[in-house]
Amino acid sequence: MTSPQVGIVFWIIAFVMLISAFMVVSLKNIFHSALFLILCLFSVAGIYVLLQAEFLAAAQVLIYVGAVAVLMLFAIMLTNNLASKKIRQANRNVLVGFFVSVIFCFITLVLLVKTYVSVWGKLKPQAVLPAQNVLVFGKYLMTKFMLPFEVVSVLLLAALIGAIVLARKERS
Amino acid sequence: MNFQLPEIHISLMLPELFLFIWALLIITFDVVTKRKNEHTVGYLALLGLLIDGAILSVTGYGSGFGNMFFNDPMALFFKVIFLGSAFMAIASSFGLMHQKIVNHRGEFYALILFSTVGMMFLSSSDELLSLYIGLELTTIPLFVLAAFFKDDRLSVEAGMKYFVIGAFSSALMLYGISFLYGLSGTTDLVQMKINLAITHLTFKDIGVILSLAVLLILGGIGFKLALPPFHQWTPDVYEGAPTPVAAFLSVGSKAAGLVAFAKIFINGLYAFYGAEMAPNDWGRLVGVGAILAMIIGNVVAIRQTNIKRMLGYSSIAQVGYIMIGMVSMNEFGLTSVGFYMFTYMFANMGAFAVVAFFEDKSGSCQISSYRGLSKTSPFLATSLTMFLLSLAGIPPLAGFVAKYAVFAAAINMATSGVAYHWIFWLVGIGLLTSVFALFYYVNPVKQMFFSKEDSPYKISLSAPAFTVVLIGLIGIVLFGLYPDPILQFASQISASFGFLPH
Repeated sequence: MTSPQVGIVFWIIAFVMLISAFMVVSLKNIFHSALFLILCLFSVAGIYVLLQAEFLAAAQVLIYVGAVAVLMLFAIMLTNNLASKKIRQANRNVLVGFFVSVIFCFITLVLLVKTYVSVWGKLKPQAVLPAQNVLVFGKYLMTKFMLPFEVVSVLLLAALIGAIVLARKERS
Repeated sequence: MNFQLPEIHISLMLPELFLFIWALLIITFDVVTKRKNEHTVGYLALLGLLIDGAILSVTGYGSGFGNMFFNDPMALFFKVIFLGSAFMAIASSFGLMHQKIVNHRGEFYALILFSTVGMMFLSSSDELLSLYIGLELTTIPLFVLAAFFKDDRLSVEAGMKYFVIGAFSSALMLYGISFLYGLSGTTDLVQMKINLAITHLTFKDIGVILSLAVLLILGGIGFKLALPPFHQWTPDVYEGAPTPVAAFLSVGSKAAGLVAFAKIFINGLYAFYGAEMAPNDWGRLVGVGAILAMIIGNVVAIRQTNIKRMLGYSSIAQVGYIMIGMVSMNEFGLTSVGFYMFTYMFANMGAFAVVAFFEDKSGSCQISSYRGLSKTSPFLATSLTMFLLSLAGIPPLAGFVAKYAVFAAAINMATSGVAYHWIFWLVGIGLLTSVFALFYYVNPVKQMFFSKEDSPYKISLSAPAFTVVLIGLIGIVLFGLYPDPILQFASQISASFGFLPH
């Protein structure tokens, strides 16, 4: 982040992201939650753009917003009475969960700030020209990271079979 | 940047490829035969695992796909454990196929095989990205397998719990991995060790952020291992999941977690262990987890009335003992971890198999319903007794040699320097809790043998069921009396980590 304008944009996006993420887990109407999830995922894509990872941003919008979230909306709308129902999202463990997450946030923040002061402020990112970002990424996928790339498809196949097994209605 | 296509050496990964294709064939076969075959698919899966074992035995060491795929003695040793536990889990599931699982037999076996492929791939990876994908491929089929009885509330609950906690813990782990990547600029574990040391020497203060990364990764792997405080899901999932799946979870998935642990923490973070240059000594952290595991596992297990829950808590305790070997990071430590896991496979898979056969017949998992079993099914009762005694570590069974090896390695490490004296605590608590463990391991034995009434259940074993029990028995007796070949085999594991002290 070089110029102050970028900094301002970052804070706006981060603010929108946090608010919408909080809405996702607190609203009583699941349809509204899903809509806020889309906003949240869009903001994440915005952060990627700021970090000059345009490909990641595009993939985020295409996959998460375009496919996953829209699929969720469809599922909610096609399920009877789900869109208008009021659902409580928290159970009686909400206080415990709140304290645990506050403690975790605190520890993470302290560690990050301490490390930023001593280490990360001095480290230089390994620069790749933004224009070559996608090129480098694609070449890595086809050379160095070819094997994990292939195994991911095995993983997807396993998940697909599993989903079908669980979701199929059984004839008795 | 180097964009050459790496040398592939596909012959190194023949076992994984074969098993993957075999799993697909099983599904196809099941569909083509209109799901009428009750046992053929199961026998096919067993045959596939046997062939795969044969292929594995002729696969050599070396690396392919650049450094993405790496066959070393540790990978080979643990692949044997993965195949063995998959074999025993499948062979003990024939009763289920008869009664409860009618529609998706092919998928059941194929998912177990997919998970095994994931474990094997994981144990051959030397790089964080492929390691993570291997871990996911291991876990995702297990979510489905845990929820395989769709009409059974407990099973669905087990699947749901395992899924939610599993997804959460892999997110934690990824977050930790991203920190490691940020500090070292590489995902290759060996390179990471060097880069981290350089970063540390340059900036002096990466200990803080490293401890955050270690905590997060420990959270992710701790879930796979059921290492406290990440163990809460274990008893519920073991209780609800189909018994063979619970058995596979407790051995295969645990062994996969151990491999991932050894790779990340010993290969990648070795420099940050003990006194040498320790801004963050992860050993003590894991030691605390091990102490908690031994205490929680052994004490809570005493109060259980359901034998699957009891075995669940027992598996938590066993992880504690295994982690003692893991933090004793010399040659003996890793040997003992390998040997422990190997014998644990026989004893635990055997015990779960007997529980599965009893459940098929009686529909009950309560310890009290085992009353008088020795009179109607003496072979099964005797076998279960042997398995439980081996888990408890009674000589001359293999579990005793394993515990002895772990404690010996720990004492060896603890005496090697002042910085390692804390390992004595682990040994002390380990010995003490082993005594507690006797209480609950002996409880089912007491029910089976020292009851005046006869059991209403007479259990006859099918051929695969008999084979599982026999394999388990041979394993714990033979390697208890004559552990040398396996110890020899396991001692090569530390050759994978050439830098360890001898």
